[in-house]
Amino acid sequence: MKPFNYSRAADDKAAVTSARGQGARYLGGGTNLIDLMKHEIEQPDALVDVSRLPHEAIEETGDGVRIGAAVTNSALAGDPIIRERYPLLSTALLSGATMQLRNRATTGGNFLQRTRCQYFYDTQRACNKREPGSGCDAVGGLNRFHAILGASEQCIAVHPSDMAVAMVALGAHVETALGEGSGRTLPADALHRLPGDTPHIDHQLRHGELITHVVLPKAAEHQLYRKVRDRSSYAFAVVSIGVAFDLLEGNFMNVRIALGGVAHKPWRAARAEEILEGKAPSPELFAKAADAELAEARGYGHNDFKIPLMRRLIIASFGEMTAKQENAA
Amino acid sequence: MYPLQLTINGKAHETNVDPRVSLLDLLRENLGLTGSKKGCDHGQCGACTVIVNGRRINSCLSLAVSHDGDEVTTIEGMASDDGLSPLQAAFVRHDAFQCGYCTPGQICSATALLEELERGEPSVVTKERVELADEEIRERMSGNLCRCGAYNNIIDAILEVAEARA
Amino acid sequence: MSEHPKGLIGQPLDRVEGPLKVTGQATYAADWRGDEPHLIGFIVESPAAKGTITALDTKEAEAAPGVELVLTHLNTPKQIPFGERNDDGNFAQSHAMMRTDHVRYVGYPVALVVARTLEEARHAASLVRFEIKADGDAIFDPVANEKLAEKPDALDGAEEVDTDTGDFDAAWAGASHTVEAEFHTSGQHAAAMEPHATVAEWDGDRLTVHMAIQILSDARKGFANTFDIDPESVRIVSPYIGGGFGSKLGIHNEAILAALAAKVTGQPVRVNQHRRNVFSNGPHRSRHRQRLKVGADDHGNIVAIHHDSLAAMSRDYPFAEAPASPTRGSYATKAMHTQHRVVEADIPKVDAMRAPGEAIGTLTFEAIIDELAHECGVDPVEFRLRNEPEKDPNSGKPFSDRKMRRCLLEGAERFGWNGPASRREGDWLIGHGMAAAIRPNMMMKAEAAMELAPDGRLVVRLDMTDIGTGTYTILTQIAAEAMGIAPDKVTVELGDTDFPETCGSGGSFGAGSTGTAVLDAAENLKADLLSRAAKADRDWKGVNSKALRITDDMLSLDERSLPISALDDGKAISAKGSASPGKAHENMAQYSYGAQFAEVAVDAVTGEIRLRRLTGVFDAGRILNEKTARSQLMGGMVFGIGAALMEESLMDDRYGAFMNRDLAEYHIPVNRDVPRLDIHMIEGFDANSNPLGSKGIGELGICGAGPAIANAIFAATGVRVRKFPIHMEDLMEKLPPR
Repeated sequence: MKPFNYSRAADDKAAVTSARGQGARYLGGGTNLIDLMKHEIEQPDALVDVSRLPHEAIEETGDGVRIGAAVTNSALAGDPIIRERYPLLSTALLSGATMQLRNRATTGGNFLQRTRCQYFYDTQRACNKREPGSGCDAVGGLNRFHAILGASEQCIAVHPSDMAVAMVALGAHVETALGEGSGRTLPADALHRLPGDTPHIDHQLRHGELITHVVLPKAAEHQLYRKVRDRSSYAFAVVSIGVAFDLLEGNFMNVRIALGGVAHKPWRAARAEEILEGKAPSPELFAKAADAELAEARGYGHNDFKIPLMRRLIIASFGEMTAKQENAA
Repeated sequence: MYPLQLTINGKAHETNVDPRVSLLDLLRENLGLTGSKKGCDHGQCGACTVIVNGRRINSCLSLAVSHDGDEVTTIEGMASDDGLSPLQAAFVRHDAFQCGYCTPGQICSATALLEELERGEPSVVTKERVELADEEIRERMSGNLCRCGAYNNIIDAILEVAEARA
Repeated sequence: MSEHPKGLIGQPLDRVEGPLKVTGQATYAADWRGDEPHLIGFIVESPAAKGTITALDTKEAEAAPGVELVLTHLNTPKQIPFGERNDDGNFAQSHAMMRTDHVRYVGYPVALVVARTLEEARHAASLVRFEIKADGDAIFDPVANEKLAEKPDALDGAEEVDTDTGDFDAAWAGASHTVEAEFHTSGQHAAAMEPHATVAEWDGDRLTVHMAIQILSDARKGFANTFDIDPESVRIVSPYIGGGFGSKLGIHNEAILAALAAKVTGQPVRVNQHRRNVFSNGPHRSRHRQRLKVGADDHGNIVAIHHDSLAAMSRDYPFAEAPASPTRGSYATKAMHTQHRVVEADIPKVDAMRAPGEAIGTLTFEAIIDELAHECGVDPVEFRLRNEPEKDPNSGKPFSDRKMRRCLLEGAERFGWNGPASRREGDWLIGHGMAAAIRPNMMMKAEAAMELAPDGRLVVRLDMTDIGTGTYTILTQIAAEAMGIAPDKVTVELGDTDFPETCGSGGSFGAGSTGTAVLDAAENLKADLLSRAAKADRDWKGVNSKALRITDDMLSLDERSLPISALDDGKAISAKGSASPGKAHENMAQYSYGAQFAEVAVDAVTGEIRLRRLTGVFDAGRILNEKTARSQLMGGMVFGIGAALMEESLMDDRYGAFMNRDLAEYHIPVNRDVPRLDIHMIEGFDANSNPLGSKGIGELGICGAGPAIANAIFAATGVRVRKFPIHMEDLMEKLPPR
């Protein structure tokens, strides 16, 4: 770990000011940043501790909910409003990591966690994300956990977060601060980016831009989060899916689907959504939606199975959710 | 070096630390509290679990300097003048460890878990409300690896204490 | 068995060191703090395999705050070359580190940065600059390099490397039912929760190390052979060990590096391997390819068995695992051929991991036996009963005590075995499977010392270790029962080379071997006490020592009593004892046995596999402590779950680099992966094993657990997977989602 200056910000403005230096990084729960700093994969020269900023509330806002960025994953997962109205989010959070980690990890920080690609973690191997221009050893290497959608020859890493998949499926927005009271709001599905030629850049935030809140819109009637993993707990997703929709007279409305473990970002399954929207549920329709979404999916050897796995998961998830509906009717 | 004040096992400490020092290394190297163990140093095993302000965390993934003013409980703070805590005693009785290396983390984790149950905090297997059952405890203790495989006995020890409290 | 009174031995006594472990007071190697502060060493690893360091610049690292030394091949003190002085085996050979500019494998230390704190050492380690020119001919994958395969000089466990009984070709040709398959088992790491750690300190030519080690006497020779010093001048202290599972049988890189750095700096140096180090600076189990052929006649009697194995051997570190070893003692057959080959590879140490041989040998063999039973149309339990051998199928020696039949029958009963049944519950495909377990029973040399103080406290000392196995507790029980003294008056001290030499912990031989030495010491001490008592008081002449009791500071026997202080002018009275394998270990085939039954659920959509039930019934002779023995079996079964479903050390064969070298990616079972394990121990007493009647138990639980799970997966899905671990993708596309 490289030596660094440590400071604790009193408010957003002070935080943004302190983080102006090129080598500065925000410290939230630290569960990923400190991990990476010990390996010197992250080498900040200043840490601005934002974990005690007054963003620890979960407030109702009309139809939706506004969540402070410093709310821990366990507090968010256990919040009665979230449990009742956004079970997709609660389940995704509780499917991730462990109670110890969720007690530290924050809402803002969870979005910004970096990939678990072992070539990224192993500083002895080539990784364009860690060291731009060095190459990608995962292509042609051990890539069982890697991307099948939206990857580039420069990077086939996947985003590891369960929470971010849920946020995209729920249509969340992220609020940020960026100096002198300025800030912006951007949709969660626009926060992360695909690797392209610059895989070292994970997301769209500018240097020093601080996530302060996450806003959830009105909750969908039907929600599901499902995580597929090798161990029954304490394991990153092989793949995961978040689904939210309403039904109007038996037809899909406001369908949102996000896929985890398949891309450099939580993957919004827009093509599948489009096929489902306005239609009546049927196994054939689910298959059509899955096939459309995965039409350009590509495996790299060890992860080829993720394509049929994701197809089956999409079909089964909708099957399960709509069967429940039939049973209830 | 950064000044740091914190309370550990009820005792106030004032010290200066290199900001790079993790809470775990502060305990083990600076303060001589070697009960908390380093199994992976990256939040992947749970051996370093301690309780901070009533919540269990991985002390390896936390900078000591970020804990200014916090209250920390480690395995050294579990027993009282009356002897072992109920969980410590139950761990011995149920043979809930073999090599013992993960044990301080398991016991800190389980101690905080009992409070989580009382507060009704959910896990991913919780349905409507938290119930005292194998699956619920197994999921909640999955952040503490035990290579000796004492898991069944850990569950027995925790269930026994939880049921006595209920 | 009435001649063996039910006393303390066997009782489920709580672990005597339990209170220390649950309060954080047990001092593991990295917890030890001496009078002087320790310098901290951090390893700089080579990214390349087999090559030469062509450039090295340590100036920046040396100038970094807090750095006291950057140790490289340029400034290491004199060492004997790695691999030399191997007469007493791998563990005792020279383990020289950074002796030359030669790099042996990926992860091999290029430098050790020594500083006042971990933070300083760790950062300065990133400032060491070097270049390595690879030789370009490094070998990693044994299967891809099969043309280089050799017959190893010896096989782990001192077994024959190859065996041939009967005429295999003829038996195979005559078989009515045959199955033939190639299996691949992945590399594995023991992944003990405690990473290897050593604190080393020199006083002139005397070296003292606090470290985590299973066998002290071998390690002592290892240090002596590395530094060319007398073993007597090496002291090793290892009272608590955070799990071994074979990984701490011998000394590893951090131990030698700590000793080298301590020598150069003249201060105590502590080196903890960090978790990523452990994957290459410690040992691992090689990946294996195993080819099996089994045939049976019309009646379901096995007539032909072929089992061969191919693995990697780390260059200059002779070790060959024996997956076909359990096969040799399993079933009656007309003919059997077994064979082991290795390819020397430029990879980290390959060495014994828990149940070497059986852990991966029964995994494949018991899976193919299941296939053969299926081919024959015979229930797998019945098939195994039908093929129970009368004598050892390989050596022809008689079995000492074999309760395999009872294990199979009682296991089936407890589990509710109804054949390899299957059913569907929603998306879950449920299946039942079973397998037999077998593990050689060994006995080794050991010595022990005892001392009875005038106040009636008994201290037992030996250089044995307790790696979580319960040694402190069972030796307390044995000493207390033998001496007629309360267990809380007994203190067992282990893990110090100042104590009498033992075989240490390994191969499930520790309890029987060292327990026997303690028993012998007790007999000698009693004899001495009685002869002294007879001198002090003639009422004590010719009495039977069995009735001797020690209560507080008094010796008593029936109506007689005498203060201990009267026996030797108030001095403590001491005795020694020893144990060694008897003729019965040469003349008989000795094994521990078991049978395991599994219920698994496979998700029909994703192929995810979850274990629901596991029943194990075991014959390990006399149980020395019902509680700790059960825990040993339980832990073994959890290892078996890991081997079947998750554990794999993945090497990128372009580089010879393990890639999943942390506990987030090298998956061992978590609490939720382990259902209630149903464990039953069949009461026994194998007098041929040792005077205690016990047999090895520490590795038995692994055997059979993995293949029972694999066989249950077949029952659930109809899919035979011939690689381990079994992943969801091995099944998923073959399953009907609805």
